Amino acid sequence: MTDPELRVSKIEDGTVIDHISGGQALNVLAILGIDGSGGVAVSVGINVPSDRLGGKDIVKVEGRELSQNEVDVLSLIAPAATINIIRDFEVAEKHRVSRPGEVTGVLSCPNANCITTEAEPIDSHFEVLGEGVRCRYCDTIIRESIADHISVA
Amino acid sequence: MSSLPLVAPPARSFRGLPRSRLASLTVHAFGAAPCGRGSDHLLSAKQLSRGDLETVLDRAAEIAADPGAVADAHGDRLLGLCFFEPSTRTKMSFDAAMKRLGGDTVDMGSVESTSVTKGESLADTVRVVAGYADALVLRHPSEGSATLASEFVDVPVLNGGDGAGQHPTQTLLDLYTIRENAGFQDLTVGIMGDLKYGRTVHSLSHALTNVDATQHFVSPESLRLPRSVRFDLHEAGAQVREHTDVDEVLETLDILYVTRIQRERFPDENEYRKVAGEYRIDAGLLDGVDDDLTVMHPLPRVDEIAPDVDETTHATYFEQARNGVPVRMALLDLML
Repeated sequence: MTDPELRVSKIEDGTVIDHISGGQALNVLAILGIDGSGGVAVSVGINVPSDRLGGKDIVKVEGRELSQNEVDVLSLIAPAATINIIRDFEVAEKHRVSRPGEVTGVLSCPNANCITTEAEPIDSHFEVLGEGVRCRYCDTIIRESIADHISVA
Repeated sequence: MSSLPLVAPPARSFRGLPRSRLASLTVHAFGAAPCGRGSDHLLSAKQLSRGDLETVLDRAAEIAADPGAVADAHGDRLLGLCFFEPSTRTKMSFDAAMKRLGGDTVDMGSVESTSVTKGESLADTVRVVAGYADALVLRHPSEGSATLASEFVDVPVLNGGDGAGQHPTQTLLDLYTIRENAGFQDLTVGIMGDLKYGRTVHSLSHALTNVDATQHFVSPESLRLPRSVRFDLHEAGAQVREHTDVDEVLETLDILYVTRIQRERFPDENEYRKVAGEYRIDAGLLDGVDDDLTVMHPLPRVDEIAPDVDETTHATYFEQARNGVPVRMALLDLML
């Protein structure tokens, strides 16, 4: 393959997440809980040249249409991401991620003394602030390096 | 029982208990669970509106003036005491408050004597105790523990201190003491000591924004207010003034609220001694200040207030501790 445009081939059906901030693709997959174990075909481009972002990441998930709720959480680490739902090789829907009001079970609280870090039957739960997120349980605010606190495998 | 101005919630009863008359406990929560499965909880001072504060403090004043009037007001109620950390004042004053309302308490006892030592989760423990009591007081070393508990029980949860998080019932008795001694009009409060880990400080500072108090925070750099508290104060429109030397503000204060600097937070003993020594008050320091300055402390103190202050007119911390009973009586009376 010599044409950079063809580094990642077109998919027939599924979801293309484009304009991900450079270097965040694997975090995107982690947030979406996609690790390949379910047999889903996934293509990942990292630091692909982009006019808009300089370098961007792109993720293509075959055979699975991601819902708006699923992808909105990506706005925390990839606010410029666009979501393309592909059907029969064509873009059937295209939309941007928007900031959710809250995020459950995606991030781990950095406060080692937070009850969510103990063996309790609860998920982490963060409210999304104008800038950063805040733990519903202990009030800890995360503003920097949110991706460092992704708790899914 | 007084009649209270309420935002009426939908009528509901659980085991015959009327819904709390502190309706805003379920609607003002931010950063804390608003409610569990239908009950009202007191998890954070941030839940309390000015109206809520006044309601509790007014009721506390009525009870303090005539405790006999409520001596049998809650004769059929049991309060569960779940203290996973040591406590003298909070536990005993809740116990006394419930009994002075004619009710009784069931006490989980020390952690060592419970199934917690077998690895039982907090969620399971509170679900079990909730089956024995009409409300729970929870003290736990982890921040957010009371919020978690509120999500698993159908009875009111009162946060009796969650790690370095919140201690809202302490705040209510602090405010009662402040109102009795200085009033809320043009109030200036200095809060000194461990502002980072002090849960009484976190709760009190939120509540003081409701009475438009001017707040000065005095601490070593390493023990400044945490980001989350400064964020909330900013959101509430409060101006946070931080100092490292109490002398900068002492003469302007109506209230000086002193807290213990916790030795265990310092990896270096010498550093602790240096810091602790600088945030200690004694009668000499208070020599030139206004006679009306009220010195408070949530207790226990170690050496941050010298014993010679006890003999001055400023010392109010033992009165403050006594106020825990009528204030907690009022709170239970309103919530049960």
